[in-house]
Amino acid sequence: MLEQHPGSNPSEANPLSPPAKLAVTFVVNGVERQLDVAPWTSLLDALRDHLALTGTKKGCDHGQCGACTVLVNGRRINSCLTLAVMQEGAEVTTIEGLARDGALHPLQQAFVDHDAFQCGYCTPGQICSAVGLIAEGRAKSADEIRELMSGNICRCGAYPNIVAAIQQVIGRS
Amino acid sequence: MINFHYVRASSITDAIGRMAADPGAKFIAGGTNLLDLMKEHVERPSQLIDISHLPLKRVEQTADGGVRIGALVPNTDLAYHPLIEARYPILSSALLAGASQQLRNMASVGGNLMQRTRCSYFYDTATPCNKREPNSGCSAIGGHNRGHAILGASESCIATHPSDMCVALAALDARVLLAGPSGERSMPISDFHRLPGDEPHRDNNLGPAEIITAVELPPRGFAAHSSYLKIRDRLSYAFALVSVAAALEMEGATIKEARLALGGVAHKPWRNADAEAALCGPAADGASFARAAEALLRGARGHAHNAFKIELARRAIVRTLMQAVRGTPQSQSNKKIA
Repeated sequence: MLEQHPGSNPSEANPLSPPAKLAVTFVVNGVERQLDVAPWTSLLDALRDHLALTGTKKGCDHGQCGACTVLVNGRRINSCLTLAVMQEGAEVTTIEGLARDGALHPLQQAFVDHDAFQCGYCTPGQICSAVGLIAEGRAKSADEIRELMSGNICRCGAYPNIVAAIQQVIGRS
Repeated sequence: MINFHYVRASSITDAIGRMAADPGAKFIAGGTNLLDLMKEHVERPSQLIDISHLPLKRVEQTADGGVRIGALVPNTDLAYHPLIEARYPILSSALLAGASQQLRNMASVGGNLMQRTRCSYFYDTATPCNKREPNSGCSAIGGHNRGHAILGASESCIATHPSDMCVALAALDARVLLAGPSGERSMPISDFHRLPGDEPHRDNNLGPAEIITAVELPPRGFAAHSSYLKIRDRLSYAFALVSVAAALEMEGATIKEARLALGGVAHKPWRNADAEAALCGPAADGASFARAAEALLRGARGHAHNAFKIELARRAIVRTLMQAVRGTPQSQSNKKIA
């Protein structure tokens, strides 16, 4: 349950007052986590700063680059553009939650196989986005993959290999 | 972000009541535009009223054969809904032309209607902007205005409405259903958004504490002859310079009824009855399409950097009409314009 702590009455609203912390509970990579966060804490900041899950990257912090992509209830979203307190009860999957029993997720392996990155900063977002893409089942051709992956920017320009890596996994599934 | 209070509405009535009690509050659903604006201090709500879990997520047929779309249906779910794909493909297409899949997964139908302009001066609190700060001036007039309006603008504001979905909804004659402190009402989509006039801070005609509950589509979806063409600076994930929604009812080679709406060119989706009337008749060819474009663009006016949009729109209108007549709608993944 979302619980408002003392001092969070709207009549006391003051832009300079210290934040009222709100309690929120959601599941991250299969583990239930309880947090007390300021209302403006994005899901991204909650993952990185409160749960030390720094695999999810902060790029633009405005939903334009896709580096912060995670899966919420199986769907890919920009974790920078949702509040942690809005995710009460959600199931969140980050890049840290994809490997199973020490074996890489097929997309992680495909990115290695195809050298689908250079600096690697966008890679966790690319891979989480591709997990969502495959679950959606809407992309088959390279054109469709490119279009439905357009929310993930790679400044190194590894796009041809990213598309090849995703095609490899789609071809096997 | 600046400090604010967060509360989860327990019902639509509760949401409206909370909003009526706190005029500084904002509803939040997907949050993709509102949180972005809050990070820039453009929006500074005293309170966020979270409506994201309210039961407004259904897409269902109405008694008259139309479709009612709950205000909280995510853009992705609407674009891929079998009823929409089969009967209103122009709406699916417009939705998929907008944003990225991550954003479409978050963004709601109501939020898409409520999204604000992407004018860079509106976002930049260091510059005057009549939409952000009434009577402070317009920095886009005489500034960088390549993406700005060529139709329906005013001396106060030349911002455009950024939505793709709303352009298709305009062509389909959708209605917006609202609930507020004094009950429920609905209005045609054409009455929902406003032209800037001398009150550009008012994007739409929502009343105090009103909330969008649904969008209703009339029975006719123009599925056989429609197309949505979006022209932008890159092939995906960019706002429109110009977009065109064309929806035709044809009998053989004759156009019996035409709907034509433009996006990216005005403060709201742009339609004109003369242009649509000019299309009706047996000669559905380049000449009649050019006449329709001429009529739809009547009064268009460019500024220093966006005058190219007038010719771009003219050509895009003709091309979209050809696609609609042929029954070969623009693909949103293969971007070759046939």
